[in-house]
Amino acid sequence: MSPSSSSSPPLKSSTPNTTRRRPKAMKPPKNHHKHHSDQTPIPKPKPNRLITEILWVSLVATCIKFLLIPAYHSTDFEVHRNWLAITHSLPLSQWYSDETSPWTLDYPPFFAHFEHFLSFFASLVDPIMVHLQQGLNYKSQPTILFQRLTVIVSDFVLVFGIYRLTRNSGYKERVLIWVLVIFSPGLMIVDHLHFQYNGFLLGILLISLSALEEGKDLLGGFVFAVLLCFKHLFAVAAPVYFVYLLRHYCRGGLIRGFGKLVIIGSAVVAVFAAAYGPFLYHGQIQQVFHRMFPFGRGLCHAYWAPNFWVFYIILDKVLAFSLVKMGFSVQTPTASFTGGLVGDSSPFAVLPRVTPMVTFSIVLLAIAPCLIKAWKDPQPRMITRWIAYAYTCGFMFGWHVHEKASLHFVIPLAIISLKSVEDAKHYFYLSIVSCYSLFPLLFEAQEYPIKVLLLLLHATLMWIGFSSHFTTTNRKAAESEQTRYNKTSFIVGWFGKLYLLGLVAVEIYGQFVHPIIFAERLPFLPLMMISIYCAFGMMYSWIWQLRQIVKCH
Amino acid sequence: MEKKTKKATKPSRDGSESNIWSFLTQKGTAASFICITLFAILVRIAVSIHPYSGAGTPPKYGDYEAQRHWMEITLNLPVKEWYRNSTVNDLKYWGLDYPPLTAYQSYIHGLFLRYFDPQSVELYTSRGYESYIGKLLMRWTVLLSDVLIFFPAVMYFIIVYYSGIHEGSKSGRLWHFAMILLNPCLILIDHGHFQYNCISLGLTVAAVSAILSDRDIVGSILFSFALNHKQMSAYFAPAFFGYLFGKCLKRRNPFLEVLKLGLAVLGTFTVLWWPYLYSVEAPFEVLSRLAPFERGIYEDYVANFWCTTSVIVKWKRLFSTQALRILSLVSTVSTCLPSMLLLILAPSRRNFLFGLLSSSLSFYFFSFQVHEKSILLPLLPASFLAIDEPLIFRWLTYFALLSMFPLLRRDELILPYIALYGLFVLLYNAPVQREDTRETRSPFTTLKYFAIACSLLLHIVYLMVTPPRRYPFLFEAVMMLLCFCQFFFVFMYTNMKQWELLKLSSQTVREKKNI
Repeated sequence: MSPSSSSSPPLKSSTPNTTRRRPKAMKPPKNHHKHHSDQTPIPKPKPNRLITEILWVSLVATCIKFLLIPAYHSTDFEVHRNWLAITHSLPLSQWYSDETSPWTLDYPPFFAHFEHFLSFFASLVDPIMVHLQQGLNYKSQPTILFQRLTVIVSDFVLVFGIYRLTRNSGYKERVLIWVLVIFSPGLMIVDHLHFQYNGFLLGILLISLSALEEGKDLLGGFVFAVLLCFKHLFAVAAPVYFVYLLRHYCRGGLIRGFGKLVIIGSAVVAVFAAAYGPFLYHGQIQQVFHRMFPFGRGLCHAYWAPNFWVFYIILDKVLAFSLVKMGFSVQTPTASFTGGLVGDSSPFAVLPRVTPMVTFSIVLLAIAPCLIKAWKDPQPRMITRWIAYAYTCGFMFGWHVHEKASLHFVIPLAIISLKSVEDAKHYFYLSIVSCYSLFPLLFEAQEYPIKVLLLLLHATLMWIGFSSHFTTTNRKAAESEQTRYNKTSFIVGWFGKLYLLGLVAVEIYGQFVHPIIFAERLPFLPLMMISIYCAFGMMYSWIWQLRQIVKCH
Repeated sequence: MEKKTKKATKPSRDGSESNIWSFLTQKGTAASFICITLFAILVRIAVSIHPYSGAGTPPKYGDYEAQRHWMEITLNLPVKEWYRNSTVNDLKYWGLDYPPLTAYQSYIHGLFLRYFDPQSVELYTSRGYESYIGKLLMRWTVLLSDVLIFFPAVMYFIIVYYSGIHEGSKSGRLWHFAMILLNPCLILIDHGHFQYNCISLGLTVAAVSAILSDRDIVGSILFSFALNHKQMSAYFAPAFFGYLFGKCLKRRNPFLEVLKLGLAVLGTFTVLWWPYLYSVEAPFEVLSRLAPFERGIYEDYVANFWCTTSVIVKWKRLFSTQALRILSLVSTVSTCLPSMLLLILAPSRRNFLFGLLSSSLSFYFFSFQVHEKSILLPLLPASFLAIDEPLIFRWLTYFALLSMFPLLRRDELILPYIALYGLFVLLYNAPVQREDTRETRSPFTTLKYFAIACSLLLHIVYLMVTPPRRYPFLFEAVMMLLCFCQFFFVFMYTNMKQWELLKLSSQTVREKKNI
């Protein structure tokens, strides 16, 4: 900062040199950077130390989550409070038929049991919180504190998941992955501001993935079945699991393979029986499924998730507009694609109408290449990539997709982001785009700087982490193999920079320019721009992942 | 970002794997400083969503309303009227009682507020104005001041402080940066309770760094600014005076040097007080606002000498305010005198930092009308010494937090209190520093754990138990006693330390002569 300050005598030496040899034991020597307490490099760190370190990182994150308790929360807060009330005040047979509040229970039974478990503590904290009628829209301080705390505490499942996944990887990779997942801005926004339990659920997914990577297929399959009974949206990856387990676990000849199939099959059936059995017994099973799969909703969510259908809708609009210009008569659609299937009318003017069945087949078709790979050569090291890809397909082509669903593949992809420079680059874009697409969830002024800072911090950490990780490894490689140094180091290319700058431009337009030009009019335009712009990034990610999977062998 | 600190710190633990954590420092110090800065801003913003002091409590509200009211007054009245009682400026309702620079700052912030929310600073009608957007804007003014003044000042300090020391201590540097920036007390008071300490403290940090890099004139100007923002900055005055005076004495032409500094200070004061220099009475009118003697020698339960000993000696009953004023003046001067003399005799940089700590502590103990929040001032030099004296720094922070607990509880800031306390413990124990503290495990260990256990217990008791009806402030008094003991220990230690430094310096002088 100041040239003269460097020329001035060093601070410490201005005091008499004897400072350093003071006899007092009170002040230790100041050589913080060269301790040789651990003399030898230990390839596998002691689990104790590892646990301390991951706890350290996660506790720091917990402090931030703690600070965010009074921040804005969406109606999902009331949804979960209502579920606490339902599971606490009603017998199991009425859980899925209660209609006191519009926010009916629509997650699978294990999640209901989870709420039931929480409601026990909730009733101790504030009995009105779990009261079915009096509790409606109830928001006392203890209620907010309690519900936020349940999310914060249940996040430790995620920490355990990453711990399992990274305990055998190198020190540096491990730390970076922790930072990427535990400080994921997306999870912070969705779980700790918007209010949901994604950290907890993704934690279960990561535990399952870690088991598969270690070759413990039975455990992996079992945990995944449990996950499905917590949140059925994770079922998108079920085909991949099925093919992979069939080919990888059920090996060793016809009889042995069949035996294993029976084992794993019964494990899964047992899980599902535990979840749905009681409802079958009470004759509620149809009601449960009716709640879990509300196909009455539209193709898109109120705010369009940045996926393939955004392009489809836009194309339809453009076609309709140009056809009208050319003199054709085009009937304006009466239904909206965010609403349900109202009668027989299609929300599209020109293009064919999309039904849930269509989206379902497209998703399956998109996953197909990965299924073929898994069938031909089921490798544990590829499984995370495949699962993430399956969720990407679900996100891109699914029916009524929420923007939050992008977390389902962003978090698992963090685990493999350090496998190669290409992965790191891809992850860099993807996680920024996915986090940015979540911005509209928090629309109030108070949370605006929080979400921006979370994203900035994440991006900076990622950039620093990736670039130093890949330069160091490559310096070694460059010395030994004399490969080109630049080719493998982490650099954000000009196209990437342009795209990210575009994000900033879209944001600035939505926040500042749009209000000036249109004032209160066209409030959907900035949101639409975010969807469309992010959809490009998501599309890129999907294609990139597909190529990577097809290429890899 | 603490990740960053942590990373930075890790290499020390396993020398061979040092690359692992240093990936943040590897990319250059700038990148890691950016990370810590972003994190520090995030923490501040997250704290700022919590309530401020006096939220929704008419008729007097709290510090938030005071600051807003000053913006209203400075914006709507001519400069001469700011400190004068009138029909529109009722000095009993949060009249300005800080020096002119605070008033100018209020004016600038008032402009900012008026631009976005004119209602919030309208004369008279805006009293007790509270709104969602108003709160946000006010919070933003603090954040902006913090980022524009305190952050660069701390960065400057770190650069100066480490410009001479070994190159490799990047991780320690980062840790130190994080420790000063993420001081829980400062964040809680400025962004939770609502004040602008970041400005006066930031100016002080800048002054200290300028002086450490031998720019004495710039340093004294900056310190004059700090003094003119909050008169409490005078807590540091003996140290500044002692160090600069001692330094001048060692130069070839001491008189000239002193004259230069004196003129710089005088000039700064003249410029800042210019609007009030039109007559002889005007500056005194302002001055009388700055010294609120009528408020008594202490308020509430502050862990200083007067309040703590008042359990035994009823100062307020025994002496008149006039007598107490003299008493407090004499005791303050006499307690900070040793430290100042030591500084004049041995004006080394290290000694200067210790001198700042001991003089601010003696003011905290003995001066008139001290508030709990004043512990922020001793904390600042303690954080300068964080890497030299980690134990002292940690100790002071823990008990400073405890001493502010009743205040923060009144403000309903318990959540951020717990979170920042936890964050401080975590960041402090980021492994860079661990070895240093480990060595101090000596006879004091049991005592240390005992004090910590007491503090923990007091927190819980204070939250959970209703005090006996006869002694409604029993727990506050116990907290105050405990904190006073700890602060006093730190005070004694720093004075001892300065004494030691003097002995060392005279030793070297003798050695040099012998050679």
